[in-house]
Amino acid sequence: MATGGASPPASATSGKEARLKARTVRIWSLVHTWTSLISTIFLLLLCITGLPLIFHHEIDEALGYAPQPEAAAGRPHAPSQTIVQAALAADPGRVMQYVSWDKDEPGIVITFTNTAPDGNPDDTTLRAFDAVTTKPLGKVGVGPMVIVLKLHVDMFAGQPGKLFLGGMGLLFAVAIVSGVVLYWPFTRRLRFATIRDKSARRVAWLDWHNLIGVVTIVWALVVGLTGVVNTWAELMLNQWKATELADMVKPYAGKPPPTHLASLDDVVARARQAAPGMEVAFVAYPGTPFSSSHHYAAFMRGDTPLTSRLLKPVLLDGETAEVSDTRALPAYLQALLISQPLHFGDYGGMPLKIIWALLDVLTIIVIGSGLYLWFARRRKRGRNTVPSEQVALAR
Amino acid sequence: MTAGKHRPRWTAVFGAPLIVGVLSLAGLLSALLAGDFGRYFCWIAVALPVAIVTIVWLRPRFRRD
Repeated sequence: MATGGASPPASATSGKEARLKARTVRIWSLVHTWTSLISTIFLLLLCITGLPLIFHHEIDEALGYAPQPEAAAGRPHAPSQTIVQAALAADPGRVMQYVSWDKDEPGIVITFTNTAPDGNPDDTTLRAFDAVTTKPLGKVGVGPMVIVLKLHVDMFAGQPGKLFLGGMGLLFAVAIVSGVVLYWPFTRRLRFATIRDKSARRVAWLDWHNLIGVVTIVWALVVGLTGVVNTWAELMLNQWKATELADMVKPYAGKPPPTHLASLDDVVARARQAAPGMEVAFVAYPGTPFSSSHHYAAFMRGDTPLTSRLLKPVLLDGETAEVSDTRALPAYLQALLISQPLHFGDYGGMPLKIIWALLDVLTIIVIGSGLYLWFARRRKRGRNTVPSEQVALAR
Repeated sequence: MTAGKHRPRWTAVFGAPLIVGVLSLAGLLSALLAGDFGRYFCWIAVALPVAIVTIVWLRPRFRRD
């Protein structure tokens, strides 16, 4: 859409070469126009819903949906099993799926319960507990931001919705690459960052579209492609379960599920011993999608911005909490984990969140101006056979 | 406004966007890889596109004044 339907200025090259170049530009222009047009509505949805999601912690806090731990700095944490019992008491008849410890909220433990260990993810109940006093701090994952998140992730259409948005992300990447190709013929006679605001409004918007588009290319590509990778998360996880995890639990094949479960405190202590220098990010109970029917899986994290994202699974016997196996995640899952901060922009403090939001707004302007240029071109075609951008560009 | 009638060089067209792109990428990675210094560099480098657009937007307003 960056072309706005305009043709590049006439060059001094020979007729045949010029015709070839014009044909190439027309093809790239078609690619750019249609990949952008097809994905426009969905990209606008992603950008608009992505904007509040950058600040979802702050918004949840302001609206009273964020759990607030009691001031208990320096006091030892309560046994994890006590929190598990409190969670099961809060939701009778349900079973534990996961327990997680957020590195940014050390005073809070989050529990996940469901109707079955492999229950529908939409039926999961998340509750926060004070890590010191075990006091319930309310449900997590409720409030208006959940609706925004669902719209952003899958448009309430589950896995097909996720994959569809991933496809739109790929179209976005093609639109960006074709936009780079078209940047040359449309700006080669202009100084960088020239805005012809004395020309027609369409020409000025074409210049803004090209400028904002070209300076945000890397950010838009990184956020777009990491978003695409995130839509494949379930597929990657299924692949890991079918290969690496299946290999790790092979010695337990045919054994029945545990009749009683080891204490979560034992699981956490053994997992720490197995992965020195690492902390537990979350523990998956036996039978959940992140584990096997016989094992706990403790996912360990490091303490740097990078290693805190690269989780390492430790598999522990469900009954005895003995370590069964531990190995690094495969490259594709590590890529998924690294892609998440690069998509969310949550790894550089509040200044980076604000910059992320501003870049998101700029992307909305690029998409909106592209749409405007396309409409303006169609309107102009209806009135005049000579595109005014061509006249302006030829000046 | 225009850069003249001579054949344009690719560096004149893509030079500035390339520098902005490389800095943006370095900034995005530095906060993940390089601790506190990386975080400060990240803020500056990733904000570069925003700064450029803001300057270009303000330029005619200052010129008129």
